Amino acid sequence: MRFFEYEAREVVKRAGIPVTDYGFTTDAAEAREIAQRIDGPTVIKSQVLSGGRMKAGGVKFADTPEEAESHAREILQLEIAGHMPRGVLVDPKAEVEQEYYAGVVWDGIRKQPVMIFSPVGGIDIEQVAEEQPEKVGRRHFSNILPLSDFEAKEVIAATGVTGSALNKLVPIVKRLAQLFVENDMVLAEINPLGRLADGSFVALDAHMDIENEARGRHKKLLADLGVGDEETRQAREATPFELAGEEVDSQDHRGVAGNVTEFDGNLGLVIGAGGGSLTLFDAVRAHGGKPANYCEIGGNPSVSKTCGLAKLVLQKPGVEQIAVMMSIVSNTRVDIVARGVIKACLELGHDPGEKIAIFRIPGAWEEEGFKILEKYGVDYADRSVSLNEAARRAVEKIGGASA
Amino acid sequence: MRKDGTFIAVAVEDGAAADAELARKLTEACPVDIFAQGAGGELEIVQDNLDECVLCRLCLDASPPNTLSVIKLYDGDAVLA
Amino acid sequence: MSILIDSDTTFIVQGITGREAVNLTRECLDYGTGAKVVGGVTPGRLGRDVHGVPVFDTVAQAVAHHRAPIDGSVVTVPPAFTKDAVFEAIENGVKLIVIVTERIPRRDVAEMVELATLRGARIIGPNCLGIIVPDVIKMGGIGGPAKNAAQAYTPGPIGVISRSGGMTTEMSSTLSAAGLGQSTAVSIGGDAIIGSSYAELMPLFEADEQTQGIVIYTEPGGRMEAELARWVTEKDSRLPIVAFMAGRFMDEMPGMSFGHAGTIVEGKEDTASEKIARLAQAGITVAERIEDIPEMIRAKIAERSAA
Repeated sequence: MRFFEYEAREVVKRAGIPVTDYGFTTDAAEAREIAQRIDGPTVIKSQVLSGGRMKAGGVKFADTPEEAESHAREILQLEIAGHMPRGVLVDPKAEVEQEYYAGVVWDGIRKQPVMIFSPVGGIDIEQVAEEQPEKVGRRHFSNILPLSDFEAKEVIAATGVTGSALNKLVPIVKRLAQLFVENDMVLAEINPLGRLADGSFVALDAHMDIENEARGRHKKLLADLGVGDEETRQAREATPFELAGEEVDSQDHRGVAGNVTEFDGNLGLVIGAGGGSLTLFDAVRAHGGKPANYCEIGGNPSVSKTCGLAKLVLQKPGVEQIAVMMSIVSNTRVDIVARGVIKACLELGHDPGEKIAIFRIPGAWEEEGFKILEKYGVDYADRSVSLNEAARRAVEKIGGASA
Repeated sequence: MRKDGTFIAVAVEDGAAADAELARKLTEACPVDIFAQGAGGELEIVQDNLDECVLCRLCLDASPPNTLSVIKLYDGDAVLA
Repeated sequence: MSILIDSDTTFIVQGITGREAVNLTRECLDYGTGAKVVGGVTPGRLGRDVHGVPVFDTVAQAVAHHRAPIDGSVVTVPPAFTKDAVFEAIENGVKLIVIVTERIPRRDVAEMVELATLRGARIIGPNCLGIIVPDVIKMGGIGGPAKNAAQAYTPGPIGVISRSGGMTTEMSSTLSAAGLGQSTAVSIGGDAIIGSSYAELMPLFEADEQTQGIVIYTEPGGRMEAELARWVTEKDSRLPIVAFMAGRFMDEMPGMSFGHAGTIVEGKEDTASEKIARLAQAGITVAERIEDIPEMIRAKIAERSAA
């Protein structure tokens, strides 16, 4: 889950890394008060999660508190990439001599975190790495051994930085690495990290992303920052249909029937499991089909949960038929899924044989499942019919095949 | 006593259904809560859970022979042996 | 032969009294020649048994009872306790650990993997279904009950490596139906950081005489496929590879996660199309449909043996 800049800066501050004397507010009048307190030129920054704030007019400079207020008022109303800002950050406009970059990310291949440092900051680090590779230092560090100062020193020195700047940067980079690990981050970045006229360093912007799986062990931090349990901050906000899917999935603890994503086609999908869903979604599209949704079932969900998911999909406007398909199941049961989807049709007053374009789930309890499907006249397939072929048949039935 | 879901029906002999001890055993045995006990300890069949039956036979093991049957309505009313 | 496990492999199940673990134990005992499950561990449950397998409070007790080192462990404890359980196994001399548990923070995974490396142990997973050597042994829930596993998996020359547990079975079943059995199939897990990647398992298959070709299942997200492509190119591998890439539609939806925790397009390099290009460059055939895989791998094996 990504943090807003004002939250990320708070995390940086708590780690003992110098930050500017900024203020966060959702109110233009308060922005003026913060600017008064700062007593100098300020930068007003929109607090949205999307990039490109500057281009979109979400970052403005103010010389006076009055100007700060009017910029704040404007920015608070400004939608950026489909998102309204959470608030504005009023930041002292620092006199920066040079902008640096410091970041930490995971390396999934080495399976260790990696510190990244560059004396060229303020722009995208990928761009620096491409254009001036000698200006980017990288160093992996152990997950088990304690982090030592020299590791930060090496990554900084590797980029040619020396003198007092080097010595002042070591604790900053080390603390960033520590906060990355301690807070279960997947990204922790200070960019730019500014060197001021007096030679001191200060974090001017920060990007942080905490791993969702680890949120449970950072409840205090999240509560301190005012992040609600319900906030997921996905790349795209959940639609009502998707939220309803989550509700179906949380109704009982047996298995999964959810992870719904909305699309605007006519073929409803009740598919699984993780890899099977990806494969099937691709297959439906490859045959010219128009999926109404993505979803996942697995882990042996109850009849009522499967029924709930199927009903949700069947009731989605524009859905003409559903295709019920999974890769060979060994834990989830064919008969239980069959009961769930048939029940959904019956309860909505549909003929399962007409509404279910195809049922292709081979595996555990298939003999029992096939008996149920036969009784209700549902077209079903066993493992001799591939995922791809099942998807093709479903698309053909709904009349959405492209030649 | 017999109750029917869409796919599964359960029938229990009336005499057995009145047996509080059997009711307790069945309530405990069923993994999907098809059985419950009424105020007087008598057996109740939970209509909403009938279709959740996983055909595990634990209720058959818990009851005396020929007192309880699980019927597969989708399979020509075949009785689970 | 096989990789990682064979009929002599002994293992324990950590978290053996959990509902899924009880089933998994039954499945492993029933499959093939019957796995040597020499113990289970659930703290506080010393003295019980699960399908005849004795339960202990600690791994050390299980090792003492067995009177010999134990080869492996299947770990199925909740995410918050997994790291401790894996450390315990490693420090008690276990060399092969299959982590079934999902939703483990990657810091914990990275710590487990680093300790395993220090001790010469190997981790498969997390968020995986384990390993199967057809008709011989399975370690983990892979393929499900013995009867179902026997339907999908048959012995033969193909090594299977998959980021999806379910698709390991789907692909193996397709291979089996076409008369191509498997030497060993490994479900490596769908997380961003895993104990053993494609490239890390390749040397084992390379050294296994029975294996003549490799089939992999892959998804967008991460750089494991690039690592594999590099490995194949650098080592001039004797083994032809056919890959199947699912989740092509995700290229249009950066930042959205589908399927598995590690399956998310974060940059240009981890898109499906980029990965397909990279794999192809390394001579790895990327199949559009699963049913095409058997003929593709058969042709590639024939090509190599003719050369």
